[in-house]
Amino acid sequence: MRVGVVVFPGSNCDRDALHAARLAGAESELLWHETPDLGGADLVVLPGGFAYGDYLRAGVLARFSPIMGAVRDHAARGGLVLGICNGFQVLAEAGLVPGALLRNASLRFEHRWVRLSVERRDTPFTSAIPAGRELRLPVAHGEGNYFLPDHELDVLEARDRVLFRYAPPEGNPNGSARDIAGVLDAGGRVCGLMPHPERAAEAILGSDDGLLVFRSLVESAAAATSARAAAVVA
Amino acid sequence: MTIATPAGPLHRALGLTDAELAAIHERLGRDPNDLELAMFSVMWSEHCSYKSSKPLLGTLPTTGEDVVAGPGENAGVIAIGDGLAVAFKLESHNHPSAVEPYQGAATGVGGILRDIFTMGARPIAVLDALKFGDPSAPRTRHLVRGVVRGVGGYGNCVGVPTVGGELVFDASYAENPLVNVMAIGLLEERHLTRAAAPGPGNLAVLYGSTTGRDGIGGASVLASASFDEASAAKRPTVQVGDPFAEKLLIEASLELIGGGLVEGLQDLGAAGITCAVSETADRAGTGIVVDLDAVPRRETGMAPFEVMISESQERMLAIVRPERLAAVLEVCGRWAIPAAVIGRVTDDGLIRVVSGEEELARIPAAALTSEAIVHHRLSSPPARTRSAPAPGAPEEPGDGLPERGMDPGAVLIALIGSANLGSRAWVTTQYDETVGSDTVEAGERSAAVLRIKGTTKALVAATDAQAQVAVHDPYLGAALAVAECARNVAVTGARPLGVTNCLNFGNPERPEAFWRFAESVRGLGDACRALGLPVTGGNVSFYNESPVGAIAPTAQIGVVGLLDDIGLRVGPAFRAAGDLAVLVGEAGPGLAGSAYAALAGLASDDRPPSLDI
Repeated sequence: MRVGVVVFPGSNCDRDALHAARLAGAESELLWHETPDLGGADLVVLPGGFAYGDYLRAGVLARFSPIMGAVRDHAARGGLVLGICNGFQVLAEAGLVPGALLRNASLRFEHRWVRLSVERRDTPFTSAIPAGRELRLPVAHGEGNYFLPDHELDVLEARDRVLFRYAPPEGNPNGSARDIAGVLDAGGRVCGLMPHPERAAEAILGSDDGLLVFRSLVESAAAATSARAAAVVA
Repeated sequence: MTIATPAGPLHRALGLTDAELAAIHERLGRDPNDLELAMFSVMWSEHCSYKSSKPLLGTLPTTGEDVVAGPGENAGVIAIGDGLAVAFKLESHNHPSAVEPYQGAATGVGGILRDIFTMGARPIAVLDALKFGDPSAPRTRHLVRGVVRGVGGYGNCVGVPTVGGELVFDASYAENPLVNVMAIGLLEERHLTRAAAPGPGNLAVLYGSTTGRDGIGGASVLASASFDEASAAKRPTVQVGDPFAEKLLIEASLELIGGGLVEGLQDLGAAGITCAVSETADRAGTGIVVDLDAVPRRETGMAPFEVMISESQERMLAIVRPERLAAVLEVCGRWAIPAAVIGRVTDDGLIRVVSGEEELARIPAAALTSEAIVHHRLSSPPARTRSAPAPGAPEEPGDGLPERGMDPGAVLIALIGSANLGSRAWVTTQYDETVGSDTVEAGERSAAVLRIKGTTKALVAATDAQAQVAVHDPYLGAALAVAECARNVAVTGARPLGVTNCLNFGNPERPEAFWRFAESVRGLGDACRALGLPVTGGNVSFYNESPVGAIAPTAQIGVVGLLDDIGLRVGPAFRAAGDLAVLVGEAGPGLAGSAYAALAGLASDDRPPSLDI
């Protein structure tokens, strides 16, 4: 499994994502935003941060970075893409996942530990998460208030494309519609989520639940590789 | 060139006294021209020159076997084994925050972070110590809101976690809040970089944001004078922060250092280019000739003095060998950072400013820095301190806890509900505490713990002050703060390594205010000597006064410690029902300066707590 973590100017969770992917056993490297080449990555991570300062609107400039064309092609071929926090905002601006991330309902930056319910476990992002297990992860953002018109939310839910929701007792930190914390694209291979699994990948940091997300990805990639190998042998 | 000013001699308008002008004449052997006078005025400001505090700061213990860099550098650096070292420093941004709370606090974070990465360290944590007036006053609410948003807005964006600090309310800070920010960085010892300009013929490269008119005279006009009714008019002297630019500067600077591309590095803060060139040249015993026309600007029509003393943020000065210039420009270009060669290192010990063929200024570098004027201020204890009432005098009950609260339950509830002891979640939830994936403990804990990836080690940091005790006894207040801060670090299991400090006081020209400062430095030094802790750096902020009076004497202390094995960390107390609580040490009387006294008032027999260091 090869993981490429995109570095936009202003990304600040790039090295955290690299570290977590390596802990999960993946070969990982940083990808510079100006180079439209994913270096053979199976999984592309768009990390958290403030790409281009996010002075205009979060993610709105980063979607025009040269590497985003390659990310789009990768997704179109069924490649795995994980956008975390600012990465989710970039994915939403690029139209690779549905919805928009508005200012938090509190109108303040919110850093806190939240609990996520896992809505599906049959995805490459969640397959290693034990049944019934909720994830304890930190959020840290000013614009994480997930928005989509009601009728589109109905469709999203009907198609099982809500992957994570904020759960009690901590609950919804930002006013997101229907407590949505993470969503999938139509093909189920691109995921955007606001909380930070990469910052909760070791027990010493308060939680290692986030590592389950990276393990899921490594295991699904390994399974896909061996399935391909088996197909070649057959 | 002439500088237009209100009536009166120019030097006075720039904040220099007649005696200081005479001292400048002595060093130059002639009258300074207007540009030179402007350069002297910022470099000889209290903020840049430490002219009132230098003699006393020299009494502090600064050495230790692991100290790699001490006072005089941008930040203190202490070796922690495995080829690693920690850089740390505490600094104030009080006056800008009083005038423009968001930008004042934001640029305070930006400035202290630059001090850290200039040394070659990646910043890994910020702590903020904030002091405000009565929390119910509208002005306080405005200031708290702006300062907290400013600290968060900057730190969150650059991706350095804000992991601790303190928030204190006291009436003395009403007009003059304190914003002290501590930053910590981690470096490989071999990457330690000095702020010096060695090697005549080397190039001075300015990179980062372009230079504008923001922050003109911030050091002299704003930071080195007391507040008065005209302070609002000083808003243009406050700098404007751009954390995105800073983030690019961090990455580019660490890349330049990692690649061995720079001979010396200095950030631009107070006094801008003037400070950066004179300090780096003086440290190396060289000179620098500055080509004024080569400085990239964001505004047209800037006068030479504006270019030379502008405090535009997010700028760095690198000293580069000519053969490495192309590589340096390539790194800056990749991070989309403007960079330009603005000068050359010389062997004449002079700071010269040229424009075309014309020489606009010619000043010995040392005259601006190491040989700047020093004032030995008068010091005398106040005739009356704000202490306990005289014996026999009627008690002065506070209205926070009527009848001095003899019911322990009521006292406890009043204390935990008081502004100084209540929850800080409103503040800490606005700070990113976990970016960097190193944060083990943060927020409202009395010390922050940050693990070091790839090792079993962790750094532990805390910041504390005892200003309410210092009101009664400044020596004791400073010593108590050192003891408290070192204790907060030690209770995690860590060994305290060193001390940084930010000394916030009133007008040093008043003997009573200066006595408070002198006593605090004595207390700081004695406590550090007793605990065997070196003072590796710090900052002095004078003139924290308003028409209603001076702030409580505030020696803010920062301590960094090392946990060799994070597995041996002592976590939070009260973990399981049935655990025993053991009080270690003697609990003697000493309510003066306490949270209880702030609520209940002082009784005639109340004294400050005792300290057996």
